[in-house]
Amino acid sequence: MNTDITNLDAAKARELEHAHHLEMKTFGFWIYLMSDLVIFSVLFATFAVHGKNYAGGPTPQQLYDIPYLFVETMFLLVSSVTYGLSMVAMQHNNKKMVLVGLVITFLLGLGFVSMEIHEFYGMIMSNAGPDRSGYLSSFFTLVGTHGTHVSFGLLWMGIMMYQVVKRGFTAEVRSRLMRLSLFWHFLDIVWVGVFTVVYLLGWMGVS
Amino acid sequence: MRKRSLYNLFKFGGLLSMVVFLSSCSNLIVLDSKGPIGQEETFLIYMAFALMLIVVIPVFVMAFWFAIKYRASNKKADYQPNWAHSTKIEWVIWMVPIAIIVALSYLTWTRTYQLDPYKPIQSEVKPLHVEVVSMDWNWLFIYPDYNLATVNELVVPTKTPLSFKLTSASVMTSFFIPQLGSQMYAMAGMRTRLNLLADEPGTYEGHNLEFSGKGYNTMHFDVLAKNPEEFQEWVKQAQQSPDSLTMPNYMKLSEPSTNYPVTVYSFVVPGLFDHIMSKYMGWMGSHENMKMDMHMPKDHSSDHKMHMNHKTMEDK
Amino acid sequence: MFGKLQLSDIPYNDPIIMGAVVSSTVLALVIIALITYYKKWGYLWTEWFTSVDHKKIGVMYIIFALVMLLRGFADGIMMRAQQAMAAGADHGYLTPHHYDQIFGSHGTIMIIFVAMPFIVGLMNLVVPLQIGARDVAFPVMNSISLWLTVAGGMIMMISLGVGEFSNTGWTGIAPLFEKTYNPGVGVDYWMWAFQLAGIGSTLTGINFFVTIVKMRAPGMKFMKMPLFTWTALTTNVLMILSFPVITVALFLLTFDRYLGMHFFTNALGGNMMMWNNLFWMWGHPEVYIVILPAFGVFSEVVATFSKKKLFGYTSLVYATAVIMFLSFTVWLHHFFTMGNTPDVNIFFGITTMMIAIPTGVKVYDWLFTMYRGKITFTTPMYWTMGFLTIFVIGGMTGVLMAIPPADFVVHNSLFLIAHFHNMLIPGALFGYLAGLNYWFPKSFGFKLNETWGKLSFWGWTVGFIVAFAPLYVLGFMGMPRRLAHYDNMAWQPWLIVAAVGALIIAFGIFAQLVQLFLSIKDRKKNMDVTGDPWDGRTLEWMTSSPPPDYNFAIIPKVDELDEFWAMKEKGVAYKKPKKYFDIVMPKNQPHGVVIGVLATAFAFAMVWYIWWLAIASLVGMIVTVIMIGANDDMEYIIPADEVERIENEHFAKVALAQANVNKNETEG
Repeated sequence: MNTDITNLDAAKARELEHAHHLEMKTFGFWIYLMSDLVIFSVLFATFAVHGKNYAGGPTPQQLYDIPYLFVETMFLLVSSVTYGLSMVAMQHNNKKMVLVGLVITFLLGLGFVSMEIHEFYGMIMSNAGPDRSGYLSSFFTLVGTHGTHVSFGLLWMGIMMYQVVKRGFTAEVRSRLMRLSLFWHFLDIVWVGVFTVVYLLGWMGVS
Repeated sequence: MRKRSLYNLFKFGGLLSMVVFLSSCSNLIVLDSKGPIGQEETFLIYMAFALMLIVVIPVFVMAFWFAIKYRASNKKADYQPNWAHSTKIEWVIWMVPIAIIVALSYLTWTRTYQLDPYKPIQSEVKPLHVEVVSMDWNWLFIYPDYNLATVNELVVPTKTPLSFKLTSASVMTSFFIPQLGSQMYAMAGMRTRLNLLADEPGTYEGHNLEFSGKGYNTMHFDVLAKNPEEFQEWVKQAQQSPDSLTMPNYMKLSEPSTNYPVTVYSFVVPGLFDHIMSKYMGWMGSHENMKMDMHMPKDHSSDHKMHMNHKTMEDK
Repeated sequence: MFGKLQLSDIPYNDPIIMGAVVSSTVLALVIIALITYYKKWGYLWTEWFTSVDHKKIGVMYIIFALVMLLRGFADGIMMRAQQAMAAGADHGYLTPHHYDQIFGSHGTIMIIFVAMPFIVGLMNLVVPLQIGARDVAFPVMNSISLWLTVAGGMIMMISLGVGEFSNTGWTGIAPLFEKTYNPGVGVDYWMWAFQLAGIGSTLTGINFFVTIVKMRAPGMKFMKMPLFTWTALTTNVLMILSFPVITVALFLLTFDRYLGMHFFTNALGGNMMMWNNLFWMWGHPEVYIVILPAFGVFSEVVATFSKKKLFGYTSLVYATAVIMFLSFTVWLHHFFTMGNTPDVNIFFGITTMMIAIPTGVKVYDWLFTMYRGKITFTTPMYWTMGFLTIFVIGGMTGVLMAIPPADFVVHNSLFLIAHFHNMLIPGALFGYLAGLNYWFPKSFGFKLNETWGKLSFWGWTVGFIVAFAPLYVLGFMGMPRRLAHYDNMAWQPWLIVAAVGALIIAFGIFAQLVQLFLSIKDRKKNMDVTGDPWDGRTLEWMTSSPPPDYNFAIIPKVDELDEFWAMKEKGVAYKKPKKYFDIVMPKNQPHGVVIGVLATAFAFAMVWYIWWLAIASLVGMIVTVIMIGANDDMEYIIPADEVERIENEHFAKVALAQANVNKNETEG
């Protein structure tokens, strides 16, 4: 609900309105994440349905390199931690540490995406591309959608680094960094699901 | 006992209105069913309508009555601008629909099991098996019991359970004989089932109800229901037919075409239905090692545990 | 350079298509010429296209919906004409290939480009006003939603003249829509038009959800929200949760068609049944997305014109919420005949029937609102009465089809067509038209012509019955849907009657257009000077008509359910505040319309495989979104004295009008 501002002076009222606006953006971003979660749920469901339709093609055991994926996963998990550290630095208005944290997060994220692209490339080259079977279609789509999200996160992160340098910690920049933080952790959680459901269970022959 | 008599009352009312309705519109073939499945379904339609009228008729009455009585120009009518709640009324308007839906749910519960298209029809007579293949844009009917096949015309004996297996050689279609009852989708790589029975001899129409492309509107066929003796006669004649459905002939037949002339084949290459199905069974995993039997139990038992198996194995 | 696109893709030799193309192109050119002649481009650009004002966005949505309604109806009447003719030896005037595109474009347009924009347009017009807010939560995003929807509509219109449209219905039919069976561009047109509009709708859902949850006037608790706002809120929840499903489903189909994947194919591990599931997981909530806000309109209308508090407000709110939840649990009833086990069918059959309970309660609540009221039969009330009576028939046939064994004999027949038109025309469209008549004065400051409004009602109502009652009968005659030609001559008389019904509906639409034209022409006679033409109950009637940019000079404090009615009762309505404040409002932004243009280009490029254009426009869209974030020039200030001047003008008008009323009363 809106606050009643009739009894406040103009400057105070405007400040409150801006704060309310940023709060709405954060709330709206949560709602967006909910709808994004629906997207991933549908992709997981699709994978659950198509996940065993090998159509005579390769099976998970033949495709997954679990140690490689473990390293890839670690990149993303650690990047969440470094992003968190960056946010702690923001609480202390430490611009330099915020930027250092963001750069490390960015590089880790980039590493994750590069490893994923490398994995995909290898699979496509060995005749295990997304058009080979229903299983591979759903695999590439689920994992690739996550990867695309991470890539957009990186783009956003790049813009935020620029804004931190250019504008400093304005209320708007802070709020955006917090929203990017939500996004980044959200992708982390989704990846835990992907790693477990797609890779581990697939490798163990369960899914 | 009372429930029983109430039930009979509905049944009687339903049947009565059915008779009245049918005598006025003899073309409503869906409601003029010639088989037990369709008749039960028709009856269900009347029952449901009768129950729902309990809610619907008051709506009509009240809509007109309130609109006329409380029109602004009627100065005599009671006007209470703040009257907006009545616990009594609220109870009634929630409880009556709930009661009706409970009754309908009970009907749904029992009848859906009873009229499950997969459930074989109990009968003294041995069922006739028909394998239905929908093609672009013709229907192929295979009679494994007689090693016969027909295109675009289905000949069946009356008073004999008809056990259909359906698949598609192309896109999804829906197999429907309005005067016998239930329709069922036919899908490539999968087998669905349908059980029907014709009581009276006659010629019935059959349709595809699922849009399947350019030739969709031509995908109808005649169903000739014959007395068992006449049917046997027809089988004997059919077995004399010079045409045989060898693999090359099937390939030719399955090419997209419309209005393929009605044809009777006296020979069908063994396992044709399974062959058509297996062509699209990529979803089964690595189908090189697949044993057909494992996935397609030969007997179709009415056991619903079995049915759960269909879910994963057949219909997926 | 042009991908697959060749000159021969334009169907020159088909007189029917070319007639439609030429006439719509000429119409567009005339409009463009007129705008240029009167030098209105600058005005349109600064005041409308770039507007982030929810009131203007709402108007644009509704204009778009009405234009698309004409196109969708043209498709409808062409189908009726074809089916009335194409029996036996006569094959009608359309080839099957052409007919098959028409039923797809009719459905897609009516649901995605008429019902959706109409309802979103009404939400835009009304929701911020009803909750006492100055705008929506994210005004620029609102503009993006609008232009994405329009972009989808443009793709639909282009498909008319360049290439072809999908022949797989508005629902898509797996695996018929796969490349194997449909190598042409029709399915791609459908897919991309749908995709753009769908993404726009998800954004709208988020936007309005946040608006309603976070921007209500002080004191307006959830249980004090007007019912239209409630239904808008539930619709938004449905949009947020269901539209992503169709977005994914359409992308999976895109991957199938563009990258050779196997999601819905019947070869190599695709699963066509997955499409049915995903489509209807969105599709069924979608039905309630378009119907619930119409229920909201009926609730407002019936209370206002009965001059009475809404009966059973709490019941109505809970009923709405129950429908919202249940709508996610019923999708399988769209394919009972797919060989499911009886257990599955029973579950979905019973959940479907359960929706009838809250819906029945709502109908009775509206009836009891009329009870002991003082009803004036204006055009919105006509639409409501038409809805109450015809809609229950559709509800009845709906419950019938929820019983699986009954559905087995009517599914995919014309009975089904009659049923869902019975839901969507009286249920949804009547509500929108009631809303249009009800809120039009709020948007434009004058009322619509009553005579032609009622004629339009009669055209639609009588036409609906004549057009769709025969389809119920035909369903029982076993007639399948989507037939371009048939041999059963017994069907023809009924189809001729249905075609006559469509003509009567055409009169209804014509009357609607005449109503708009005459009302604009005679607007001086029907001015709404007070801002409260109907003796309204909720906050939107508190401000002037049309409302000032900032809606409310002072955000009202809310104590009652029908706050404005209560204020009038207490005699505190139209009271001047002690002091005015500066008001900060969002500035107009071009980003929305830029994204719309780029999205159109992107979709067109994807349809025709023009990769350079697709990449360029996609990058353009991303850059535009980044630029929104980089933009600091988002707001402008309306100074307090300016607010005071505008408000005083309005109060003077109200005072004059009230004096006139008093004078008339003493004289009479």
